[in-house]
Amino acid sequence: MKLFPIRGGIHPDYRKELSSEKVIVALPLPAALYIPLQQHIGVPSEVLVNVGDLVKKGQMIARSGGTLSAPQHAPTSGHIRSITDIPAPHPSGLAQTTIVLEPDGKDEWGELPAPIVDPFTADPHTINERVAASGIVGMGGAAFPSAIKLNLGTQKKLEILLLNGAECEPYLTCDDRVMREHADEVIDGARIMAHALGVHRVVVAIEQNKPQAIDAMTRAASAFSEVEVVGVPVQYPMGSERHLVQAITGRETPAKKLTADIGVLVHNVATARAVHHAVRFGRPLISRVVTVSGKAVREPNNIEVPIGARVADLIAFCGGFSVEPESLVNGGPMMGQPLPGLDVPVVKGMSGILALTAAEINQQPASSCIRCGVCVTICPCGLSPVDMAAFIRKDNFETAAKLGVMDCVSCGSCSWLCPSHIPLVHYFNYAKGMINAQDREQRKIEQTRMLAEAHALRVEKAAAEKAAFLAAKKAQAAAASAAKEKDGTPA
Amino acid sequence: MLLAVSSLTIMGVTLGSILGAAAYFLAVEEDPLEEELKAMLPGSQCGQCGYVGCSQYAVALAKDEAPITLCTPGGKAVIEVLAKKMGVTADLSEHEEKVPEYAFIIEDLCIGCTRCIKECSVDAIMGANKLMHTVIAEACHGCEKCIQVCPTDAIVMHPVPLTLSSWHWAKPEDQHVVH
Amino acid sequence: MSFRSISHSAPFTHQASSVQKIMFTVLLALIPATAFNLYLFGWPAILLFSVTVGSCVIVEAGCLALAGRPVRATLGDYSAVLTGWLLAMSLPPWAPWWIGFLGAIFAIALAKHPFGGIGQNVFNPAMVARVALLISFPVAMTVWVMPHPLFSAGAPGFFDAIAITFGGQMPDAVSAASALGHVKTELTRGIPVSQSMVQAPDLMDMMMGYRAGSLGETSAILILAGGLFLMAKRIISWHIPLSVMGGVFLMGAIFHAVDPARFASGTFHLLSGATFLGAFFIATDYVTSPVSKKGQLIFGLGCGVLIWLIRTFAGYPEGVAFAVLLMNALVPIIDQYTRPRAFGRNRKGEPLPLGEEKP
Repeated sequence: MKLFPIRGGIHPDYRKELSSEKVIVALPLPAALYIPLQQHIGVPSEVLVNVGDLVKKGQMIARSGGTLSAPQHAPTSGHIRSITDIPAPHPSGLAQTTIVLEPDGKDEWGELPAPIVDPFTADPHTINERVAASGIVGMGGAAFPSAIKLNLGTQKKLEILLLNGAECEPYLTCDDRVMREHADEVIDGARIMAHALGVHRVVVAIEQNKPQAIDAMTRAASAFSEVEVVGVPVQYPMGSERHLVQAITGRETPAKKLTADIGVLVHNVATARAVHHAVRFGRPLISRVVTVSGKAVREPNNIEVPIGARVADLIAFCGGFSVEPESLVNGGPMMGQPLPGLDVPVVKGMSGILALTAAEINQQPASSCIRCGVCVTICPCGLSPVDMAAFIRKDNFETAAKLGVMDCVSCGSCSWLCPSHIPLVHYFNYAKGMINAQDREQRKIEQTRMLAEAHALRVEKAAAEKAAFLAAKKAQAAAASAAKEKDGTPA
Repeated sequence: MLLAVSSLTIMGVTLGSILGAAAYFLAVEEDPLEEELKAMLPGSQCGQCGYVGCSQYAVALAKDEAPITLCTPGGKAVIEVLAKKMGVTADLSEHEEKVPEYAFIIEDLCIGCTRCIKECSVDAIMGANKLMHTVIAEACHGCEKCIQVCPTDAIVMHPVPLTLSSWHWAKPEDQHVVH
Repeated sequence: MSFRSISHSAPFTHQASSVQKIMFTVLLALIPATAFNLYLFGWPAILLFSVTVGSCVIVEAGCLALAGRPVRATLGDYSAVLTGWLLAMSLPPWAPWWIGFLGAIFAIALAKHPFGGIGQNVFNPAMVARVALLISFPVAMTVWVMPHPLFSAGAPGFFDAIAITFGGQMPDAVSAASALGHVKTELTRGIPVSQSMVQAPDLMDMMMGYRAGSLGETSAILILAGGLFLMAKRIISWHIPLSVMGGVFLMGAIFHAVDPARFASGTFHLLSGATFLGAFFIATDYVTSPVSKKGQLIFGLGCGVLIWLIRTFAGYPEGVAFAVLLMNALVPIIDQYTRPRAFGRNRKGEPLPLGEEKP
């Protein structure tokens, strides 16, 4: 298959060998599971259970909170201990509402929806409903509710379902292991999604540094003519949705549009596997494979983790820390988020937990920019990080936005190789946050204006009505007295 | 001598009348500055700027009689658009960026007098006579007018809490120079 | 348990490069050409080189201290050493010590720190110093000598050298003209280039560096080796060197073909003066060159053409320093107009239209 080049990019030290040969193992059930109501982009779920309830494995414990939302299910059977606020797996360390489930140890399945026996003749709508009800969200990290993406089949003209198995982030090996060990499930899930979308071509893209995964997936796909497995060059950030679409099809997604607008829908391989489970067995998304790695972890591993297990449980399962880590990261080292501590739960979009030493991170104090231009040369999005950072440093967000800071995908390539160690991506994240906050403020002002106008209108109307009422009353009184007079005259 | 004086006079008169005519015929219509400024303000008539309402503040702004930093509910965002419109640099040093706040009614103290409801210019307070009132936090824009009319001091301002979706990265701390 | 790095956003892995390493690699690349030329011009050159580099470091330290910046940490980035080194390489090898010292003040205290120190200067500090010296001290800055290799017959000994560099006692007999200067002087006397070039050193000598010229500029082949080393190390790319040399060569070749009596050949322009040093080490200065590859090509070509124009038509025989400074002034505007096209957008920054495969 002919591939197309993507701009820039880097070749970081991948360090995947730390965990790539570790077979996926299941985490023993921890003493408690912490299931946050917001594990996805969109509106939080709504709690369906009460404290003290006995729930069964797979039972829905929080329903979808709106159109852009997803339900949550019990990862095992047990009692609801509490519904409380605990820190989210998020750099802010802010708390969010979380259901605390105390496993009863029986791990007893509840009543599951019936398997869809022949999904390839089923109505696409049935499959989408099942995916939505199973709480499946994008498992590559973005955690976007998958059913909404599957519904795009009816809105956009789609040609290709692109299964993203690039896994271009260093350290992470969970997708690699899933593809090597569960290739059939992934391919089946992908074909089901393709059917639901009404597309007749599935391309699985895997970076060439995962030859066993390519082999396994090629074998699993060999029976299906519509599925093609492609090895893509090892070039970070190949796994970025827009860049992968460009590498495979040569099509460049216009700014502010979706890849679906140019006919390609991208799903992560682990998401495909979750769809397979939901459709074939009625099982909701209650566990995921997480890579635990980094040189501060004693025994890096790939672990099938029930949603809601604490990061501390995973670290303990991996033999604890060999040295105290400098940072604990949710996701890959290039785009992951730092975690505030070990007490946060594993959520659906969490692909890796990295405990990194200072030597691995190699963050040096920043010095002056020497304008070497390497950030401009390698930016996969064709931006000028050096210029944007200079404006953001002066809090000139308007110019930074003109230079395209909102187009930045925060891939981290520029920060990775800046010889002056300037935290460029941090600047861009700061600017994006400030610009979004300004937009919110602007919207609030708009809303206030509308409310104030409505209020003024209401007050005016009330005054008018009152006046009219008074006038009417006066008229009535006048009429009455007139009538009285009239009545009185003949008397 | 005469020739020089007369030629210069003629030149002066001619050029002067051309300029005058140009000024008359090519006159740029005055910007409806007041209206534009008014549109930039929140329009909630809260009066925190010291003027009766947003229109009066806009008039003062247009006449350059008021600083652009007076609108509390608008915050930095409004100051910046005003600064741009007025062609001045916003001096944010004097402007204390207040954490956004919303009004909160302490249930035990509320006597249900409805004065705050009448005062609220964005209809953010719900309740009826003799019944406890509550503030719809999303609609409240923190003008504090209700606090002034509350006879039992039952209204307090709470900072709008930071959420996972409103949190964002702070500016990098490192002291260094980007070109 | 909490973690310190929670205040930092991703990425949590970084390449092991640094400003210090880059500068150090450039210094390494300069060593062959410099060592050869120091050997060629003997003790006076060694003394001048030491004075210039030393003064730059001292002036840098003074400026940093005045600005209240960390002196030791910033000196450690080798940028002042590199500036001093390049400045020394562009000076006449037997120039008196105060040329090097004043040059250091011009370069560091005038061209670099008033703009904010490393990374902030608009103009190449070494070239600002060279031009300032050339204009202020035209005589001292144009005294060229023929090579007097160390320990060879007639070469000044260490103590003679001290007299030359610190005592200002220039032996009369040794001065020579640089090839460019020779051609230019002869031309003003009405002798066509085609004749004067015969008397200039032959091309092989010019390539090897066995000719009169600035302290570090004469050996094209060793400078080329250093430049290729930098390219292999990915410190510089081919864009600026090739476009500078291409510009000089093409202008030279075209006009030589038109009128050989008036214009020197492209090869002559390429191998004489500081063309190689300028192309590989001066114009490629990160701080004062454009950041995008396209911008670098425009910048390099501009330098090349200006070098040839100045050499051919202006009052000075050599134009590298002037050309680089003139192009330095254009860098901000070149940068602004050569920003890459953003992903998913056209050149104007508007989103690409839907339904088009190629932008």
